Amino acid sequence: MNLETAEKNLPWLVVGIVFVISLGGLAEIVPLMAQPVTQEPVAGMKPLTPLQLEGRDIYIREGCVGCHSQMIRPLRAETERYGHYSVAGESVWDHPFLWGSKRTGPDLARVGGRYSDDWHREHLINPRAVVPESNMPSFPWLADATYSNANTGDKMNALRAVGVPYTDEDIAGAAAAVEGKTELDAMVAYLQQLGTHLKARR
Amino acid sequence: MTTGWTIWVDVIVLGSLFGCAWLLWINRTAPVERVGKGEPMEHEYDGIQELNNPLPAWWTWLFVITIVFALIYLALYPGLGSYQGMLGWTSHGQHQGEVEEAQALYGPLFDKYAATPIATLAQDEDAVETGSRLFLNHCSQCHGSDARGGDGYPNLTDDDWLYGGAPETIVTSITNGRIGNMPGLAAAVGGDEGVANMAQYVISLSGRDHDAAKAQQAASTYTTLCVVCHGADGKGNQAVGAPNLTDDIWLHGGRIDDIEYQIRTGRINQMPAHGNLLSKEKIHLLATYVYSLSH
Repeated sequence: MNLETAEKNLPWLVVGIVFVISLGGLAEIVPLMAQPVTQEPVAGMKPLTPLQLEGRDIYIREGCVGCHSQMIRPLRAETERYGHYSVAGESVWDHPFLWGSKRTGPDLARVGGRYSDDWHREHLINPRAVVPESNMPSFPWLADATYSNANTGDKMNALRAVGVPYTDEDIAGAAAAVEGKTELDAMVAYLQQLGTHLKARR
Repeated sequence: MTTGWTIWVDVIVLGSLFGCAWLLWINRTAPVERVGKGEPMEHEYDGIQELNNPLPAWWTWLFVITIVFALIYLALYPGLGSYQGMLGWTSHGQHQGEVEEAQALYGPLFDKYAATPIATLAQDEDAVETGSRLFLNHCSQCHGSDARGGDGYPNLTDDDWLYGGAPETIVTSITNGRIGNMPGLAAAVGGDEGVANMAQYVISLSGRDHDAAKAQQAASTYTTLCVVCHGADGKGNQAVGAPNLTDDIWLHGGRIDDIEYQIRTGRINQMPAHGNLLSKEKIHLLATYVYSLSH
């Protein structure tokens, strides 16, 4: 094909550009969609409970991912501080994933179990109450918002459609499981399970 | 990666490299049979013309270098499907290497520290300094970067211990964590009035100004109820983590309101276990640092 033809024929130029810029993704991303290591959960992983799932949505709503990553890279400096590096199998049920790309605060990929529930409550309501040096915003309203007739089941249904193995019983009991709980409860439940599927001493 | 996907990746990666080379080749000059070298091409816009010149040599060679670099890279590193690369590099292999390197460098030091009893090691400035760095990363979020704690998080510098300050006890606290459980006692002490009286009695134990009449009313309840954990003399019980009430150190605040709240509602206070997170050697150093703060 004469280059001049492509240059002067807009549809062909568009097709050509789309083809060329898709090559990288076709080689790097598409094959991952068929690899067991990126598609199968790590051993023992369970889908989030209804309360944890609601907590995850709060995490998204409050923009936590803007300052906290959930991605420990395989670098010693990071594994010393945070624990075992993150693996793809831990994120297979994350839709969307919350790896983040910025750390104003610390990485949270393995924060589960590191602090007590009470610590998380105090810290979310007023971070300075437990960490005087903290510049994290306060989220006091989480303690006041209570779930009632929540649509947690619908969310789980949607996640099931993209591959999270929720059962019918899980979904049927979802609204009841979060009934009367606060958003703070949900957030703490979500944080306390983060990264608890892989253990490594450091 | 299966053979099918390997072929998929190889065709795209090598195909685009050869595509770049081909593009470079056919663009080395414009079609000279139509327009001579250096002559104007057959188009102009607003009086601007393009001359038929080849790409600058440095530009061409940069392209060539990138293509050669890519081929060398693909030979050395895993970029072509299931091909592992001549260097056998993996990201987790690199991490493992870093860890082993650090182990070789610091391992003997940690082993030496681990073999030294904590009370002795607490005199070693380097060991305490190392412990303080570990403390800042793993403990300061609750106990504070100065280890003075806060509301609900014990001060580790004052030699007042909930569970005991012996070196082995500190190691146990870090390794297994602690759960301190005081039940709410509003009903047991006799409602709001009973709570208020008991709070007066509690502050009387540390010699603070108190309402003696109210305190007196709570005295008998104390000896039947609170005594089980806090002891007849109010000095607490380190076996269950019951605080000493006579030393005027208040874990959850020393205002009357705080004390009344504690009596009324109780609390479950938790220190998470770190035995699954940190190696024995590091816990040993952390305990050394904590021990050194009050010795």
